[in-house]
Amino acid sequence: MTQNIVEIDNLSFGYKGRMLHQGINMVFPRGKVVAIMGGSGSGKTTLLRLIGGQIRPNKGEVRVDDQVVHKQSREGLYQLRRKMGMLFQHGALFTDLSVYENVAFPMREHTQLPESMIHDLVLMKLHAVGLRGAHQLMPTELSGGMARRVALARAIALDPDIVMYDEPFAGLDPISMGVICDLIRTLNDALGTTSIIVSHDVKETFLIADYVYFVANGTVAAEGTPADLSKSSLPFVHQFVHGEKDGPVPFHYAAGDYKQDLLGFEA
Amino acid sequence: MIKRSRLRPFRTLGHRTTDRIWRLGAGARLFWLTLISSGESFRRFHLTIREVYFTGVMSLIIIVVSAFFVGMVLALQGYNTLQKYGSSEAIGVLVALALVRELGPVVTALLFAGRAGTAITAEIGLMKATEQLSAMEMMAVSPIARVIAPRFWAGVIAMPVLAALFSMVGILGGYLVAVPLIGVDSGAFWSQMQANVDWHDDIVNGVIKSVVFGVACTMIALFEGYDAPPTAEGVSRATTRTVVISSLAVLGLDFVLTSFMITL
Ligand SMILES: Nc1ncnc2c1ncn2[C@@H]1O[C@H](COP(=O)(O)OP(=O)(O)O)[C@@H](O)[C@H]1O
Ligand SMILES: [Mg+2]
Repeated sequence: MTQNIVEIDNLSFGYKGRMLHQGINMVFPRGKVVAIMGGSGSGKTTLLRLIGGQIRPNKGEVRVDDQVVHKQSREGLYQLRRKMGMLFQHGALFTDLSVYENVAFPMREHTQLPESMIHDLVLMKLHAVGLRGAHQLMPTELSGGMARRVALARAIALDPDIVMYDEPFAGLDPISMGVICDLIRTLNDALGTTSIIVSHDVKETFLIADYVYFVANGTVAAEGTPADLSKSSLPFVHQFVHGEKDGPVPFHYAAGDYKQDLLGFEA
Repeated sequence: MIKRSRLRPFRTLGHRTTDRIWRLGAGARLFWLTLISSGESFRRFHLTIREVYFTGVMSLIIIVVSAFFVGMVLALQGYNTLQKYGSSEAIGVLVALALVRELGPVVTALLFAGRAGTAITAEIGLMKATEQLSAMEMMAVSPIARVIAPRFWAGVIAMPVLAALFSMVGILGGYLVAVPLIGVDSGAFWSQMQANVDWHDDIVNGVIKSVVFGVACTMIALFEGYDAPPTAEGVSRATTRTVVISSLAVLGLDFVLTSFMITL
């Protein structure tokens, strides 16, 4: 058993020719909360998909528990995924199932537990996220923050070794944000899981992360503990942490010559 | 520059053609994957039954109402012609054959495409757009086995049942027009029907048709949803395509099946 549960090694990936990641290296030690930060469109969600094996890297590899993700057979991949829980950005709750059934879903699919056991487990998971009282509601009856907590309960339903959070703070009011923040840290420490947080909210992320990677322009631009990064004088980190509009991270999406674009229009 | 714009129609045509062919291949692939992932739909049959219930109930009312009117119209039109030849008792046969052989399976499939098919496409498309299918994948649950296959078999099961219901209600509508309204003899109506509707040539063939339509309509609806771009516009276009493609497929297949059934 290696010390790092997830390792990303010299990873390159691009959609349709536009390279998104170019030689990314990251390690995620067991039991830690590690954050991946970067601007919108910097490929953070894509990175989680690569870890989950939903897409294949063009170069390099991702190893989960020492197994190369993209070299797995379908069964092997499904075995690996059973060690992972993922919290999608918008929750991705099953809209035709109640809160209770959403959390019970992974248990029903992957275990032969008797109904009474499932009942207890579901209520325990919902209790952990503070929503035991909401078990009979449908997903459409939940607020954004509640939906995300239900999704979290579902993600930890089978006690995964790794939990991935995609933008857990985005679009929440300050109170829900604080709740989620506490939950991530508490669940991580109580269950002994490894947490991978993708976010662009500097304040909350720095509060709970043990280690932070900054991605920009397809590579890891900076890394370190939140304390180190707060003091960092690297221009990129400074720009991001202090929210400056232009800097090493350009305001514009990569484009051709502006003048050429305007004058070269051909009907 | 002029040269390029003259070529544009050809380029568009080429793009469309390759796009169609690509979609046909992708649809066939999904069909194949659905078939080989169908074990769970039968092992956990309640998953399939639940979908039979939804698709069946959804189309039930529209099918019963349409069947009733179709049956009544058939009786009126049939009587109008048959009485010229003095054989108005044959009206029962005419109504029954038209329904069991053609209108039952075909009209049911068209209504099914418009009612249940669009609902399936919208549901799957929305599940994809809201990342529910991705979430399932990440939970090591195959969306094809868990979501697509049960709906597919539900459609295949529901269609013949709905078509049979259509024919029965249609015959009832025809009866109500022919016997109480027009005054055809009730005994003649039923006995002619019984004597002239053949178990194999009429009823079995009608069931075969509706099973084939069930496969086609459900698979088209599922594929369009599964393949829809994950946006509101993408899903709405996909539902439209479901109706158009299913209707054409049903009418085309009907011709092919009928010609085989008549020559064999
Ligand atoms: N399925 C896809 N096909 C093509 N391009 C995509 C796809 N998903 C994401 N992208 C592109 O990849 C880039 C990174 O996306 P994403 O990983 O979602 O970024 P982030 O989560 O950091 O905001 C974006 O520019 C986006 O347009
Ligand atoms: Mg994202």
